[in-house]
Formats: sequence, structure tokens, C-alpha cells
Amino acid sequence: MNAVLVIIALVTVGAAVVAMSGRNLLHSVLLLTVSWAGVAAFYLWAGAEFVAFAQLLVYVGAISMAVLFAVLLTRRSRDDVAAPPASRSRGIYAILSGAAVAAVLLAAVSLAPLSSAPTPPPSVTVRQLGDQLMGPHAASLLVIAALLTVALIGAVVLAAGGSPGNPEDEP
Amino acid sequence: MSLPATTDSSLLERAPLILRDWLTGLLPGPARWAANGLIKIVAILAVFGLLFAFLTLAERKILGRVQNRPGPNRTGWFGLLQPFADGIKMLTKEDIVPRAADPVLHFLAPVALIAFSLLTFSVIPYGRFLLPVDMDASVLFFFAIGAATELSVFMAGWSSHNKYALFAAMRALAQLISYELPLLLSVVPVVLAAGTLSTAGVVAAQSGWKWGFVPHWHVFTPWGAAAFAIFMVSALAESNRSPFDLPEAESELIAGHLTEYSGFKYALFFMAEYFAMCALSGMAVTLFLGGWHAPLPLLEFIPSYFWFALKLLALLSGFMWVRATLPRLRIDQLTRLAWKFLVPLALINLGTAAFWSLTIAWAGPLQPLRWAVSLALVAGPFLLLGRRLSTGLGPRTYRYA
Repeated sequence: MNAVLVIIALVTVGAAVVAMSGRNLLHSVLLLTVSWAGVAAFYLWAGAEFVAFAQLLVYVGAISMAVLFAVLLTRRSRDDVAAPPASRSRGIYAILSGAAVAAVLLAAVSLAPLSSAPTPPPSVTVRQLGDQLMGPHAASLLVIAALLTVALIGAVVLAAGGSPGNPEDEP
Repeated sequence: MSLPATTDSSLLERAPLILRDWLTGLLPGPARWAANGLIKIVAILAVFGLLFAFLTLAERKILGRVQNRPGPNRTGWFGLLQPFADGIKMLTKEDIVPRAADPVLHFLAPVALIAFSLLTFSVIPYGRFLLPVDMDASVLFFFAIGAATELSVFMAGWSSHNKYALFAAMRALAQLISYELPLLLSVVPVVLAAGTLSTAGVVAAQSGWKWGFVPHWHVFTPWGAAAFAIFMVSALAESNRSPFDLPEAESELIAGHLTEYSGFKYALFFMAEYFAMCALSGMAVTLFLGGWHAPLPLLEFIPSYFWFALKLLALLSGFMWVRATLPRLRIDQLTRLAWKFLVPLALINLGTAAFWSLTIAWAGPLQPLRWAVSLALVAGPFLLLGRRLSTGLGPRTYRYA
């Protein structure tokens, strides 16, 4: 077993576990970010440089911001970030749904044909990735690009709507 | 440092390599690999640490001169020892942590910030043979690491348990989300034109001269000039520099996320701001200003790292000039500038770059047409959007002030 992989796995899973068991929402978000960074480190360990940096850019850079913003905008006061423990029934439902997801994932992993023979690490350059994305997978790339662009333009149009009044003139 | 040394370049060009090989040659074989890495780290820390020290002095001097006062001039010759006096003062000050603060986050924020800012230096090619880490996706690495820095500004702001610091945290989040998009979108045309995500490849794509004296730098193309402008405006915002220094606005938020920091932690924040400024300027030099290439063929005898330093210092003084000249924006103006002006311009600029690279074969009378269409694609949206940006918003009436 590779020692680096074990450390990465411990950091990733440990951060996620502490994030879920903690009562402070802000701490949970930041620990979740650590967990995402751990996933990026795993990609880097596996030799997928591009995916690792994309993960870092999108999750640590952008999605963590969106989550933090959501938390800060929906709290009434600073002390509100410490969430009270939920009821017992909610806890049971949470464990049930989590176990269901875990069972599906475990089944998928255990049924997948994985070769145990050591394989040389693939050395895929960014150019090859780009050629693959623009060649055989161009359709899916275009669909995702169109979706994201429409979302971006939609957000700008939504924000641009309404009268651009003077903020000081409002009561 | 990872590129193979060629024998045809001048002695001065290879001087850092020779020095490194001499140093590592003193060590036994197995330790050399580690020593090579260590030397890169020490070199970056020493060079940029000293640059930071003298940038603070230069900034205070320049700001002073712009405001018609001499600036620091009492410590050493022309105030040259001022940064070291400041450093000793910062180190000996008491480190105060507020009782209500979140102690772990309060400590982690400056540490994470300085770590992330230092990591960004690792992928910038400082000279022909001076690239600390050569990666295939180094441009992406730079921006992925850079995106993590504002997270520490948020951590600092939130953990201080102070209303001004919390405001700063919210502003930092809004600023990051807004300006990361134009920053990245302005880099995409460069990647498109160079056909690579590696910084060494981008610099190599800008080598050579047209007619023997016009360098092939990206900034000398219509899309390149537009992307450079967008990049520099977004870089000002990403490094929390004036006129986008809303998270630490002294006059409205005391010092924002820095309010509850003192002593060396405060100095670390200050250092990280200058590091971010240096790293983003270095990236701008790499992406748009030809990296370490000399501007003229007959000037190539001067070593490449000298040219890089010259361009870097020119951009840094630009940052300082902007700080001395422009007043701070309001938060709604800040986000409006990003979303309604820079993002659409950057998207249109992507189209301009695509047109430019598709018409690369045009020659003769088609060449002026290529320039005219590209310039129209850059200038037209700029004028239209610029006019529309501020209509219906002024003049302001201040009822409560």
C-alpha cells in the first residue's frame, strides 16, 4: 500500500467525517473544502494533473465560495451558525439514505472488473485530453458548454433586470 | 531550472545553473536531487522576500511623491533601511487574539494565505533556464492555487468576530466570484493561440520577431491587447489592490479582515498581498508580454532573467501608479464592472481570438482587413458596453451624507 495514498485518503475522509459531526456550519464548510482538496490531491497522485487542477479551481475556488455565501446569507446572527442537533427520526432517515448510497457505490465498485496486475501509470498530456474532448466527445462538451453559457447569460439577465436605481434613494 | 542547458547561450545566461551545479556538486550523489529542489525554494523565498521588502519602500516612496511629500527618508540612505526597521517592529509586537475569536481559523488564515501565494511562484518561467516546476497544465495550476487565497481572506474576516471583519469577508467573497471569471476568460485566448497550458510553451509561442523588430508578443495583437487590459483589471481586483481594495477599505471598514490582526500575522497578510501582486504580474508578463524574451534581436545578449525582471517591475509600478491615482469603488460598482462589462468583453474577445487564429493564412490586401475586423471586434463592444454601463446611474444624490 502506498503511504502517500493512505495519507491522502485519511485527510479526505477524516475532514469529511469531522465536517459532518461538527455543529459549527462554517467549520463544516471549510472542512468540506479540505476534503475536496484531498480529492484533488488524489487525482494528482493518480497522475491526472489536469483533472486535479480543475477540481481545485472549481471546488476549492468557486463552489466553496457559493456554499459559504449561502450559509452567511441565510443565518440571522453570528451565533446561528452553530446548528442544533436534529431530531432522532431525521437522524435515522439520514443514516438510511446514506447507507443506501454507500450500498449502491460499494456494489458498483465490487462488480467492476478491476485488474490486480500492476499497470504503468498513463501519461496523458493536456493536448491529448483536448483532442479527445474536441474529437470523440465533442457532442457532450458542446452540450455542457451551451448549458453553462445559458446559465451564465441567464444569471446576468436576471441580475440586470429591474431599474438600476440609486441605492441611496431607497428607503 | 528543469530545462536542459544548451552550450550556445552566453555565460551570464547560464550563470544561475552553473552556480547551482557547483553548490550541489559539493554534496554526495543521493542528496543532490533534494538539494536541487531546496535551492529553488530558497531562491524564490530570498528573491521575492527581498523584492517584497523593497516594494513596500518603493510603494511608500511613490505614493509620497504623488501626494507631494517625501515619503520615508530617515532610516538609512533615502530610507533604504525602512523595510528592515518595519520588519523588526512587526516581529517584536505582541500577537493579540481576541477572546471571542475562533482561535484555530484566526491562526490558519494568514498561514494558508502565505502558503498559497508562495505556491503560485513555482510555475512562472523567470528566464530561459529558470522554471522551478515544469508542468503540462501549469497555467491551470496557477489559477487553481490563486483561487484559494480569497478563502483565507474570508477565514480571517469571519474568525475575528468583528463586524467590520465580517463585512470584509462578505465583500471578499463577492469580489472573488465576480473577478475570477474575467481573469480566467482573458487567459483562454492565450491558451487558444499558444495551443498549450504550460507556461514554458506559452513563452515559446511568443518567440521571434516580425520584420526583424516587432516581437511576436500576444499583447501586440488586437485580442491580446484587450485580454491584457481585462487581465490587469481583474488582477487588481484579485490581489485586493486599490481601487478594488474593498475587503480592507481603511476608511470604511477600519482595515476589514485585518482589523483584529497584529504583529507578525498582520505582516504575513501584507506580504501575501504583495506576493499575489508579484505573481499575477509575473503571469501577465508570461502570458502577454513575451515572458523572458528580449524586445529586440540585438538586445538578446542581455540575460533573459533581466528582461523578465524589467517587465515585472514595470507592471508593479503600474499597480502602484493606479493605487496613487484612482479612488476606491463601491461594492455595487465593483460587481457591475465585472458582470456587465468585463465578462461580456472577455467572451467577445474569445471570438476575436478565434477569428484571428482562423485567418492566420490571410496575406497581402487581406492582412489589413484582418486587422480592421479584429480591431472593430475589440473596440466596438468596448464603446457600446462602456456607454451603457453608467447610463441611468448618475448623478448621485447623497441624502444622508
